[in-house]
Amino acid sequence: MTHKLSGDNLTLIRGERCLFEGLSFALESGKLLILEGRNGCGKTSLMRAIAGMLSLETGQIYWDDTPVEKQRQVFHGSLVWLAHRTGLKGDLTLVENLGFEQSLRAQSDRDIEEIYERLGISRLKKLILRSLSAGQQRRVALARMLLADVPLWLLDEPFTNLDREGRKLVMELVEEHLAAGGMCVMAAHQDVEINAPVTKVQIQ
Amino acid sequence: MSQVEITAVEREVPGIFSGLVATTRRDLLLAWKRPGDVLNPLFFFAMVCTLFPLAVGPSAEQLEFSGPGVLWVAALLSTLLSLNSLFLSDYEDGSLDQLLVSPQPLPVLVLGKTLAHWLTSGLPLVFVSPILAVTYRMPMSVVGVMMLTLALGTISLSLLGGIGAALTVGLHRGTALLSLLILPLAMPVLLLGANAVALAANNDVYTTGIWALAAYAIGSLSLAPYATAAALRISSE
Repeated sequence: MTHKLSGDNLTLIRGERCLFEGLSFALESGKLLILEGRNGCGKTSLMRAIAGMLSLETGQIYWDDTPVEKQRQVFHGSLVWLAHRTGLKGDLTLVENLGFEQSLRAQSDRDIEEIYERLGISRLKKLILRSLSAGQQRRVALARMLLADVPLWLLDEPFTNLDREGRKLVMELVEEHLAAGGMCVMAAHQDVEINAPVTKVQIQ
Repeated sequence: MSQVEITAVEREVPGIFSGLVATTRRDLLLAWKRPGDVLNPLFFFAMVCTLFPLAVGPSAEQLEFSGPGVLWVAALLSTLLSLNSLFLSDYEDGSLDQLLVSPQPLPVLVLGKTLAHWLTSGLPLVFVSPILAVTYRMPMSVVGVMMLTLALGTISLSLLGGIGAALTVGLHRGTALLSLLILPLAMPVLLLGANAVALAANNDVYTTGIWALAAYAIGSLSLAPYATAAALRISSE
Protein backbone atom coordinates (compact mmCIF):
# COMPACT_ATOMS: atom_id res chain seq x y z
CA MET A 1 0.00 0.00 0.00
CA THR A 2 1.49 3.32 -0.98
CA HIS A 3 1.03 6.55 0.87
CA LYS A 4 1.59 10.16 0.12
CA LEU A 5 2.56 13.04 2.37
CA SER A 6 2.58 16.56 1.06
CA GLY A 7 2.56 20.14 2.23
CA ASP A 8 1.30 23.03 0.21
CA ASN A 9 2.27 26.69 0.53
CA LEU A 10 3.31 26.41 4.18
CA THR A 11 4.07 29.54 6.17
CA LEU A 12 5.10 29.51 9.78
CA ILE A 13 5.53 32.53 12.02
CA ARG A 14 6.97 32.19 15.51
CA GLY A 15 6.68 35.34 17.56
CA GLU A 16 7.86 38.16 15.33
CA ARG A 17 9.89 35.98 13.02
CA CYS A 18 8.74 34.35 9.84
CA LEU A 19 10.55 31.00 9.68
CA PHE A 20 9.49 30.05 6.18
CA GLU A 21 6.98 31.22 3.65
CA GLY A 22 5.26 29.47 0.77
CA LEU A 23 7.13 26.21 1.33
CA SER A 24 5.83 23.12 -0.46
CA PHE A 25 6.96 19.50 -0.52
CA ALA A 26 5.70 16.11 -1.57
CA LEU A 27 6.79 12.66 -0.49
CA GLU A 28 5.74 9.19 -1.56
CA SER A 29 6.31 5.70 -0.25
CA GLY A 30 9.90 4.59 -0.55
CA LYS A 31 11.31 8.11 -0.48
CA LEU A 32 13.28 10.19 1.95
CA LEU A 33 12.86 13.89 2.61
CA ILE A 34 15.79 15.69 4.18
CA LEU A 35 15.29 19.11 5.74
CA GLU A 36 18.41 21.23 5.61
CA GLY A 37 19.32 24.56 7.05
CA ARG A 38 21.39 26.19 9.75
CA ASN A 39 20.56 25.95 13.44
CA GLY A 40 17.36 27.68 14.45
CA CYS A 41 16.06 28.03 10.90
CA GLY A 42 12.87 26.12 11.60
CA LYS A 43 13.63 22.49 10.76
CA THR A 44 12.17 21.23 14.00
CA SER A 45 9.24 23.62 13.73
CA LEU A 46 8.42 22.29 10.28
CA MET A 47 8.60 18.72 11.59
CA ARG A 48 6.31 19.63 14.49
CA ALA A 49 3.92 21.29 12.05
CA ILE A 50 3.87 18.12 9.95
CA ALA A 51 3.10 16.06 13.06
CA GLY A 52 0.26 18.45 13.88
CA MET A 53 1.82 19.91 17.00
CA LEU A 54 2.22 23.43 15.59
CA SER A 55 -0.42 25.35 13.73
CA LEU A 56 0.62 26.91 10.44
CA GLU A 57 -0.09 30.45 9.37
CA THR A 58 -1.02 29.36 5.86
CA GLY A 59 -1.08 26.10 3.96
CA GLN A 60 -1.98 22.55 4.85
CA ILE A 61 -0.40 19.17 5.31
CA TYR A 62 -1.99 16.35 3.37
CA TRP A 63 -1.83 12.62 4.06
CA ASP A 64 -3.02 10.54 1.13
CA ASP A 65 -4.41 13.77 -0.37
CA THR A 66 -6.73 14.42 2.58
CA PRO A 67 -5.93 17.29 4.97
CA VAL A 68 -4.38 15.95 8.15
CA GLU A 69 -6.75 17.98 10.36
CA LYS A 70 -9.67 15.97 9.07
CA GLN A 71 -8.15 12.60 9.92
CA ARG A 72 -5.88 13.27 12.85
CA GLN A 73 -6.19 9.82 14.35
CA VAL A 74 -5.57 7.95 11.11
CA PHE A 75 -2.55 10.13 10.45
CA HIS A 76 -1.16 9.75 13.97
CA GLY A 77 -1.67 6.01 13.68
CA SER A 78 0.61 6.04 10.64
CA LEU A 79 3.49 8.07 12.00
CA VAL A 80 6.15 7.86 14.63
CA TRP A 81 7.95 10.88 16.06
CA LEU A 82 11.55 10.73 17.19
CA ALA A 83 12.93 13.98 18.51
CA HIS A 84 15.75 15.32 20.60
CA ARG A 85 13.90 14.54 23.83
CA THR A 86 13.24 10.82 23.68
CA GLY A 87 9.88 10.84 25.47
CA LEU A 88 10.86 7.87 27.59
CA LYS A 89 10.37 7.78 31.35
CA GLY A 90 13.61 7.72 33.31
CA ASP A 91 12.03 5.94 36.27
CA LEU A 92 10.65 3.04 34.27
CA THR A 93 12.53 0.12 32.80
CA LEU A 94 13.04 -0.34 29.11
CA VAL A 95 10.34 -3.00 28.91
CA GLU A 96 7.84 -0.90 30.88
CA ASN A 97 8.49 2.09 28.63
CA LEU A 98 8.00 0.19 25.41
CA GLY A 99 5.05 -1.74 26.83
CA PHE A 100 3.22 1.52 27.42
CA GLU A 101 3.81 2.68 23.86
CA GLN A 102 2.66 -0.64 22.49
CA SER A 103 -0.63 -0.61 24.36
CA LEU A 104 -1.53 2.65 22.62
CA ARG A 105 -0.79 1.38 19.14
CA ALA A 106 -1.99 -1.30 16.79
CA GLN A 107 -0.30 -4.63 17.47
CA SER A 108 2.70 -5.28 15.29
CA ASP A 109 3.89 -8.73 14.28
CA ARG A 110 7.52 -7.71 14.53
CA ASP A 111 9.73 -9.79 16.76
CA ILE A 112 10.65 -7.69 19.81
CA GLU A 113 13.67 -9.78 20.77
CA GLU A 114 15.06 -9.45 17.27
CA ILE A 115 14.73 -5.66 17.46
CA TYR A 116 16.47 -5.54 20.86
CA GLU A 117 19.23 -7.69 19.45
CA ARG A 118 19.64 -5.53 16.40
CA LEU A 119 19.92 -2.34 18.42
CA GLY A 120 22.21 -3.96 20.96
CA ILE A 121 19.95 -3.28 23.94
CA SER A 122 18.84 -6.79 24.91
CA ARG A 123 21.13 -6.71 27.96
CA LEU A 124 19.48 -3.54 29.25
CA LYS A 125 15.90 -4.75 29.41
CA LYS A 126 15.56 -4.77 33.19
CA LEU A 127 17.39 -1.51 33.85
CA ILE A 128 15.62 1.77 34.46
CA LEU A 129 16.17 4.27 31.70
CA ARG A 130 17.80 6.85 33.96
CA SER A 131 20.75 4.54 34.46
CA LEU A 132 21.44 4.23 30.73
CA SER A 133 23.72 6.51 28.76
CA ALA A 134 22.26 9.08 26.38
CA GLY A 135 23.21 6.97 23.39
CA GLN A 136 21.62 3.86 24.88
CA GLN A 137 18.44 5.81 25.61
CA ARG A 138 18.38 6.89 21.99
CA ARG A 139 18.65 3.26 20.95
CA VAL A 140 15.60 2.51 23.09
CA ALA A 141 13.77 5.32 21.30
CA LEU A 142 14.77 3.69 18.02
CA ALA A 143 13.35 0.39 19.28
CA ARG A 144 10.06 2.15 19.98
CA MET A 145 10.12 3.51 16.44
CA LEU A 146 10.66 0.04 14.95
CA LEU A 147 8.03 -1.56 17.16
CA ALA A 148 5.42 0.98 16.08
CA ASP A 149 5.79 -0.47 12.58
CA VAL A 150 4.19 2.48 10.77
CA PRO A 151 4.78 3.93 7.30
CA LEU A 152 5.90 7.45 8.20
CA TRP A 153 8.98 8.19 10.28
CA LEU A 154 9.55 11.75 11.45
CA LEU A 155 13.13 11.90 12.64
CA ASP A 156 14.43 15.11 14.15
CA GLU A 157 18.22 14.86 14.39
CA PRO A 158 18.22 11.06 14.72
CA PHE A 159 22.00 10.87 15.05
CA THR A 160 22.26 12.87 18.28
CA ASN A 161 24.26 11.08 20.99
CA LEU A 162 24.92 8.05 18.83
CA ASP A 163 28.38 6.63 18.14
CA ARG A 164 29.66 5.97 14.64
CA GLU A 165 28.23 2.46 14.67
CA GLY A 166 24.86 3.76 15.87
CA ARG A 167 24.75 6.36 13.10
CA LYS A 168 25.44 3.67 10.55
CA LEU A 169 22.70 1.55 12.07
CA VAL A 170 20.17 4.40 11.80
CA MET A 171 21.03 4.84 8.14
CA GLU A 172 20.63 1.12 7.53
CA LEU A 173 17.28 1.09 9.33
CA VAL A 174 16.04 4.01 7.25
CA GLU A 175 17.21 2.32 4.07
CA GLU A 176 15.37 -0.89 4.95
CA HIS A 177 12.28 1.06 5.95
CA LEU A 178 12.23 2.87 2.61
CA ALA A 179 12.87 -0.34 0.70
CA ALA A 180 9.87 -1.89 2.44
CA GLY A 181 7.68 0.93 1.18
CA GLY A 182 7.90 3.29 4.14
CA MET A 183 8.76 6.95 4.03
CA CYS A 184 10.85 9.21 6.15
CA VAL A 185 11.24 12.91 6.88
CA MET A 186 14.54 13.73 8.49
CA ALA A 187 16.10 16.89 9.83
CA ALA A 188 19.85 16.47 9.96
CA HIS A 189 22.88 18.68 9.81
CA GLN A 190 25.33 15.82 9.43
CA ASP A 191 26.00 14.17 6.12
CA VAL A 192 23.50 11.46 5.51
CA GLU A 193 24.58 8.52 3.38
CA ILE A 194 21.42 6.73 2.54
CA ASN A 195 20.91 4.73 -0.58
CA ALA A 196 17.42 5.81 -1.53
CA PRO A 197 15.61 8.45 -3.58
CA VAL A 198 16.20 11.66 -1.64
CA THR A 199 14.42 14.98 -1.85
CA LYS A 200 16.03 17.89 -0.08
CA VAL A 201 14.23 20.91 1.24
CA GLN A 202 16.36 23.91 2.03
CA ILE A 203 14.94 26.19 4.68
CA GLN A 204 16.24 29.75 4.42
CA MET B 1 15.18 -6.94 1.48
CA SER B 2 13.48 -9.42 3.74
CA GLN B 3 11.03 -6.84 4.91
CA VAL B 4 7.43 -7.39 5.78
CA GLU B 5 5.13 -5.08 3.83
CA ILE B 6 3.93 -2.25 6.00
CA THR B 7 0.29 -2.72 6.82
CA ALA B 8 -0.32 -0.22 9.60
CA VAL B 9 -3.55 1.11 8.21
CA GLU B 10 -5.26 -2.26 8.11
CA ARG B 11 -4.28 -3.07 11.69
CA GLU B 12 -6.75 -2.03 14.36
CA VAL B 13 -5.68 0.61 16.83
CA PRO B 14 -6.65 -0.63 20.32
CA GLY B 15 -9.85 0.88 21.70
CA ILE B 16 -9.95 3.97 23.88
CA PHE B 17 -10.38 1.90 27.01
CA SER B 18 -6.95 0.36 26.63
CA GLY B 19 -5.48 3.84 26.13
CA LEU B 20 -7.14 4.97 29.35
CA VAL B 21 -5.91 1.95 31.28
CA ALA B 22 -2.38 2.21 29.87
CA THR B 23 -1.90 5.87 30.86
CA THR B 24 -3.39 5.31 34.30
CA ARG B 25 -1.19 2.28 34.84
CA ARG B 26 1.95 4.07 33.73
CA ASP B 27 1.33 7.06 35.99
CA LEU B 28 0.53 4.84 38.96
CA LEU B 29 3.74 2.94 38.32
CA LEU B 30 5.68 6.22 38.18
CA ALA B 31 4.06 7.36 41.43
CA TRP B 32 5.00 4.04 43.02
CA LYS B 33 8.62 4.55 42.01
CA ARG B 34 8.72 8.11 43.31
CA PRO B 35 6.64 7.97 46.51
CA GLY B 36 7.86 11.42 47.59
CA ASP B 37 5.64 13.13 45.05
CA VAL B 38 2.59 11.43 46.53
CA LEU B 39 3.56 11.80 50.18
CA ASN B 40 4.48 15.51 50.10
CA PRO B 41 0.92 16.87 49.59
CA LEU B 42 -0.42 14.32 52.02
CA PHE B 43 2.09 15.39 54.62
CA PHE B 44 1.15 19.02 54.02
CA PHE B 45 -2.53 18.16 54.56
CA ALA B 46 -1.76 16.35 57.79
CA MET B 47 0.45 19.18 59.05
CA VAL B 48 -2.08 21.94 58.48
CA CYS B 49 -4.83 19.90 60.12
CA THR B 50 -2.78 19.06 63.20
CA LEU B 51 -1.17 22.47 63.65
CA PHE B 52 -4.42 24.39 63.54
CA PRO B 53 -5.84 23.07 66.85
CA LEU B 54 -2.50 23.81 68.50
CA ALA B 55 -2.70 27.42 67.35
CA VAL B 56 -6.35 28.16 68.22
CA GLY B 57 -6.34 26.36 71.54
CA PRO B 58 -8.09 23.28 72.88
CA SER B 59 -11.60 24.73 73.31
CA ALA B 60 -13.90 21.94 72.20
CA GLU B 61 -16.59 24.24 70.94
CA GLN B 62 -14.23 26.18 68.71
CA LEU B 63 -12.67 23.02 67.26
CA GLU B 64 -16.00 21.44 66.46
CA PHE B 65 -17.07 24.64 64.77
CA SER B 66 -13.94 25.09 62.63
CA GLY B 67 -13.15 21.42 61.86
CA PRO B 68 -15.01 21.02 58.54
CA GLY B 69 -13.67 24.30 57.19
CA VAL B 70 -10.06 23.65 58.13
CA LEU B 71 -10.07 20.11 56.73
CA TRP B 72 -11.57 21.28 53.49
CA VAL B 73 -9.24 24.24 53.01
CA ALA B 74 -6.25 22.02 53.74
CA ALA B 75 -7.51 19.43 51.24
CA LEU B 76 -7.96 22.08 48.55
CA LEU B 77 -4.50 23.56 49.09
CA SER B 78 -2.84 20.16 49.17
CA THR B 79 -4.50 19.22 45.87
CA LEU B 80 -3.29 22.49 44.34
CA LEU B 81 0.19 21.66 45.52
CA SER B 82 0.22 18.33 43.73
CA LEU B 83 -1.38 19.59 40.52
CA ASN B 84 1.66 21.48 39.34
CA SER B 85 3.53 18.29 38.54
CA LEU B 86 0.65 16.66 36.62
CA PHE B 87 2.09 17.36 33.16
CA LEU B 88 5.46 18.85 34.06
CA SER B 89 7.64 15.76 33.84
CA ASP B 90 5.89 14.67 30.64
CA TYR B 91 6.62 18.09 29.20
CA GLU B 92 10.25 17.99 30.20
CA ASP B 93 11.14 14.51 28.93
CA GLY B 94 9.18 14.74 25.69
CA SER B 95 6.50 12.18 26.61
CA LEU B 96 3.91 14.90 26.16
CA ASP B 97 4.85 15.17 22.48
CA GLN B 98 4.47 11.43 22.19
CA LEU B 99 0.99 11.67 23.71
CA LEU B 100 0.10 14.47 21.29
CA VAL B 101 1.01 12.36 18.25
CA SER B 102 -0.47 9.18 19.68
CA PRO B 103 -3.16 7.41 17.65
CA GLN B 104 -5.35 7.49 20.75
CA PRO B 105 -7.62 10.52 21.31
CA LEU B 106 -5.84 13.01 23.58
CA PRO B 107 -8.80 13.62 25.96
CA VAL B 108 -8.81 9.90 26.80
CA LEU B 109 -5.10 9.88 27.62
CA VAL B 110 -5.57 13.05 29.66
CA LEU B 111 -8.43 11.41 31.55
CA GLY B 112 -6.14 8.46 32.30
CA LYS B 113 -3.51 10.78 33.71
CA THR B 114 -6.08 12.68 35.78
CA LEU B 115 -7.50 9.44 37.11
CA ALA B 116 -4.03 8.39 38.24
CA HIS B 117 -3.58 11.82 39.83
CA TRP B 118 -6.81 11.46 41.77
CA LEU B 119 -5.91 7.94 42.90
CA THR B 120 -2.58 9.19 44.23
CA SER B 121 -3.64 12.57 45.65
CA GLY B 122 -7.40 12.75 46.26
CA LEU B 123 -8.04 9.23 47.47
CA PRO B 124 -5.23 9.19 50.09
CA LEU B 125 -6.67 12.43 51.50
CA VAL B 126 -10.04 10.73 51.89
CA PHE B 127 -8.49 7.90 53.87
CA VAL B 128 -6.26 10.06 56.05
CA SER B 129 -9.00 12.56 56.93
CA PRO B 130 -10.80 10.41 59.59
CA ILE B 131 -7.62 10.28 61.69
CA LEU B 132 -7.32 14.04 61.54
CA ALA B 133 -11.03 14.58 62.13
CA VAL B 134 -10.59 13.07 65.58
CA THR B 135 -8.53 16.13 66.54
CA TYR B 136 -11.61 18.24 65.89
CA ARG B 137 -13.90 16.00 67.96
CA MET B 138 -15.94 15.12 64.91
CA PRO B 139 -18.53 12.37 65.58
CA MET B 140 -18.29 9.19 63.51
CA SER B 141 -21.47 9.90 61.54
CA VAL B 142 -20.08 13.26 60.39
CA VAL B 143 -16.74 11.70 59.50
CA GLY B 144 -18.53 9.51 56.95
CA VAL B 145 -20.15 12.55 55.36
CA MET B 146 -16.80 14.32 55.26
CA MET B 147 -15.11 11.39 53.54
CA LEU B 148 -17.86 11.30 50.95
CA THR B 149 -17.64 15.04 50.24
CA LEU B 150 -13.86 14.86 50.04
CA ALA B 151 -14.02 11.95 47.61
CA LEU B 152 -16.49 13.72 45.32
CA GLY B 153 -14.80 17.10 45.69
CA THR B 154 -11.28 15.93 44.94
CA ILE B 155 -12.52 14.28 41.72
CA SER B 156 -13.65 17.71 40.54
CA LEU B 157 -10.46 19.35 41.80
CA SER B 158 -8.21 16.88 39.94
CA LEU B 159 -10.16 17.28 36.72
CA LEU B 160 -10.47 21.06 36.83
CA GLY B 161 -6.93 21.47 38.07
CA GLY B 162 -5.79 19.49 35.05
CA ILE B 163 -6.97 22.36 32.83
CA GLY B 164 -4.87 24.83 34.79
CA ALA B 165 -1.89 22.49 34.88
CA ALA B 166 -2.11 22.05 31.11
CA LEU B 167 -2.30 25.80 30.50
CA THR B 168 0.71 26.59 32.69
CA VAL B 169 2.90 23.62 31.79
CA GLY B 170 5.10 25.59 29.40
CA LEU B 171 5.73 28.37 31.90
CA HIS B 172 8.47 28.22 34.42
CA ARG B 173 7.21 28.32 37.98
CA GLY B 174 3.59 28.43 36.97
CA THR B 175 2.31 27.35 40.39
CA ALA B 176 0.97 30.75 41.47
CA LEU B 177 -0.73 31.29 38.13
CA LEU B 178 -2.15 27.79 38.22
CA SER B 179 -3.73 28.45 41.60
CA LEU B 180 -5.19 31.75 40.43
CA LEU B 181 -6.61 30.12 37.32
CA ILE B 182 -8.41 27.29 38.99
CA LEU B 183 -9.48 28.90 42.27
CA PRO B 184 -12.69 30.34 40.76
CA LEU B 185 -13.60 26.87 39.52
CA ALA B 186 -12.59 25.21 42.78
CA MET B 187 -14.49 27.64 45.00
CA PRO B 188 -17.93 25.96 44.62
CA VAL B 189 -16.36 22.63 45.58
CA LEU B 190 -14.95 24.14 48.77
CA LEU B 191 -18.20 25.88 49.68
CA LEU B 192 -20.39 22.86 49.01
CA GLY B 193 -18.04 20.42 50.70
CA ALA B 194 -17.36 22.38 53.87
CA ASN B 195 -20.99 23.42 54.14
CA ALA B 196 -22.34 19.87 53.81
CA VAL B 197 -20.03 18.68 56.59
CA ALA B 198 -20.99 21.60 58.82
CA LEU B 199 -24.68 20.87 58.25
CA ALA B 200 -24.17 17.20 59.08
CA ALA B 201 -22.44 18.23 62.31
CA ASN B 202 -25.53 20.27 63.27
CA ASN B 203 -27.82 17.31 62.48
CA ASP B 204 -29.25 19.27 59.58
CA VAL B 205 -30.16 18.10 56.07
CA TYR B 206 -26.89 17.81 54.16
CA THR B 207 -27.82 15.62 51.17
CA THR B 208 -28.40 18.60 48.87
CA GLY B 209 -24.73 19.48 49.16
CA ILE B 210 -23.70 15.91 48.35
CA TRP B 211 -25.88 15.83 45.26
CA ALA B 212 -24.55 19.19 44.11
CA LEU B 213 -20.96 17.97 44.59
CA ALA B 214 -21.74 14.82 42.63
CA ALA B 215 -23.27 16.88 39.84
CA TYR B 216 -20.21 19.12 39.79
CA ALA B 217 -17.96 16.06 39.59
CA ILE B 218 -19.95 14.60 36.70
CA GLY B 219 -19.91 17.94 34.91
CA SER B 220 -16.13 18.20 35.26
CA LEU B 221 -15.71 14.59 34.22
CA SER B 222 -17.51 15.17 30.97
CA LEU B 223 -16.01 18.56 30.06
CA ALA B 224 -12.58 18.90 31.67
CA PRO B 225 -10.71 16.26 29.61
CA TYR B 226 -11.56 18.11 26.39
CA ALA B 227 -10.52 21.46 27.82
CA THR B 228 -7.30 19.96 29.19
CA ALA B 229 -6.46 18.34 25.85
CA ALA B 230 -7.03 21.63 24.03
CA ALA B 231 -4.92 23.48 26.59
CA LEU B 232 -2.09 20.95 26.19
CA ARG B 233 -2.09 21.46 22.44
CA ILE B 234 -1.82 25.22 22.94
CA SER B 235 0.90 24.95 25.58
CA SER B 236 3.12 22.69 23.53
CA GLU B 237 3.05 24.89 20.42
